[in-house]
Amino acid sequence: MNDLRDLYQEVILDHGKSPRNFGHPDGANRTAHGHNAMCGDTIDVFLTVDADGKIEDAAFEGQGCAISVASASMMTEMLKGRTQADAHHLFETMHALCTGHEDEADLADLDEDTADRMQILAGVRQYPMRVKCATLAWHTMDKAMNEKAKEDISV
Amino acid sequence: MTLASVDPVHRSRRNSGYDVERVRADFPILSRKVHGRPLVYLDSAASAQKPRAVIDTMSRFMEEDYANIHRGVHFLSQRSTDAFEAARAKVARFLNAAKADEIVFTRNATESINLVAQSWGRKNLGPGDEIVLTELEHHANIVPWQMLRAEKGFEIRVAPIDDTGQIRLDETAKLIGPRTKLVAISHMSNALGTILPVREIVRMAHAQGAVVLVDGCQAAVHKQVDVQSLDADFYAFSGHKLYGPSGIGVLYGKYALLEAMPPYQGGGDMIDRVTFARTTFKEPPHRFEAGTPAIVEAIGLAAAIDYLADLSPVLVADHEDEVLAYATERLSAIDGVTIHGTAAEKGAIISFTMAGAHAHDIATILDQQGVAVRAGHHCAHPLMDRLGVTATARASFALYSTKAEADALVEAVGQVKRIFKL
Repeated sequence: MNDLRDLYQEVILDHGKSPRNFGHPDGANRTAHGHNAMCGDTIDVFLTVDADGKIEDAAFEGQGCAISVASASMMTEMLKGRTQADAHHLFETMHALCTGHEDEADLADLDEDTADRMQILAGVRQYPMRVKCATLAWHTMDKAMNEKAKEDISV
Repeated sequence: MTLASVDPVHRSRRNSGYDVERVRADFPILSRKVHGRPLVYLDSAASAQKPRAVIDTMSRFMEEDYANIHRGVHFLSQRSTDAFEAARAKVARFLNAAKADEIVFTRNATESINLVAQSWGRKNLGPGDEIVLTELEHHANIVPWQMLRAEKGFEIRVAPIDDTGQIRLDETAKLIGPRTKLVAISHMSNALGTILPVREIVRMAHAQGAVVLVDGCQAAVHKQVDVQSLDADFYAFSGHKLYGPSGIGVLYGKYALLEAMPPYQGGGDMIDRVTFARTTFKEPPHRFEAGTPAIVEAIGLAAAIDYLADLSPVLVADHEDEVLAYATERLSAIDGVTIHGTAAEKGAIISFTMAGAHAHDIATILDQQGVAVRAGHHCAHPLMDRLGVTATARASFALYSTKAEADALVEAVGQVKRIFKL
């Protein structure tokens, strides 16, 4: 049962049960929808990015398991105040950690609290069938950033 | 002939009631451990485990008799052809079909339904026509019809279920009318376990001149199916859920219907004579079996049918009902557990959700205790929408399931509550 306690840590259970930044902020200017066809989990990520490319606000709505809701909730907390480049770096780090490519994960630039939280979420790598639960929000966030970026280019 | 039918000791114990521990000993995989715990396999509705008789029959066939079928003149080709056609005859008897030529071998039940859609459906459905499905269908009995609808422009109507998960016959009767050409229904719901009143629905459909296709994937495992008594026009099931191998499925069709249907796929083994100007096709069932079929798997399926017959379907059904009733009673006594699907007529499936724990979290925690259940939408999105859930956890029971395994499930659900502090 030790393994399970590693996955379902207090912070995961807390965020899974009482997600932070849950909702659709009026000012959101970058959004994307994600879903996991295997289990039916859905998520909408809402980002409010200012003129300098800094994330002022991050929120989400959706349905899913404790892992996916906690991951989305913790992600929105981590994103606030970061630049687009930082957010993409977080996504890549998270993806590397969850898929067992720790060597490619660059945690050096992250503050201790963020690094700890990412390691907690990455506990899911022991459960290959659940990795997508943890990474869904992050993929969706990255998509929100990129899709808006394309629009920017076309403008 | 299976090992079971040649072993007198093996045979005699079958006559003295149902000894589930002896049955379990026939399934090698059941003795393995998962995460250091004894395997409690409660996912047989997704795919059942295989008895030694099936495994050995397939191995022995490949070691001693294997060759391609129907075309060879040599000794082994004859042996293989005989065994393959004997398997077809066995399936026909299993379903009580009028003759072996009413049995088409496919890859799985999904392919069986697609065969009916692409062959019978393409020929017989068009604008102004209607087909009737039910709210609890597996995607395999929805999507092939939607794909054909996009091409042919007929209408799909959906028969609703009540809150117990049983089909509403009164509403179904209203949906089936003179424009109805096909009624395609599950015999037993894979997500809820509901056993549908197929005979009544067939009667309604036939009264309007509609053809009935029955998805029998689950029912073929838990019920004694008699296609003539049901008067079903098409009946589909898969070998792998019936303790046979994957890669083999069955489509039963009334011969007159099969005879009037065009080929589904073209190729070898389904033709009568080929010239570049014109090709003529074989009679059913061979018309629908293009290319080399799943020979070994068909023979494995026949061994599974022998194994089941040897155990006595009545004793198996009684045993499964007993385990289902026990597990239902114990699970429903747990605070916070909701069982979805409470119809009076039910097969050995329990779909449930827990307040405060998502089905995937339940399944992960159960798995760590060796308890294998399914979590998700069970390939039935419309049914999940009707139930108002995104996913359920599903425990399904089989002829080798025990009350002790139901206890293990209940204990594991208790662990979910402890971890989630529910």
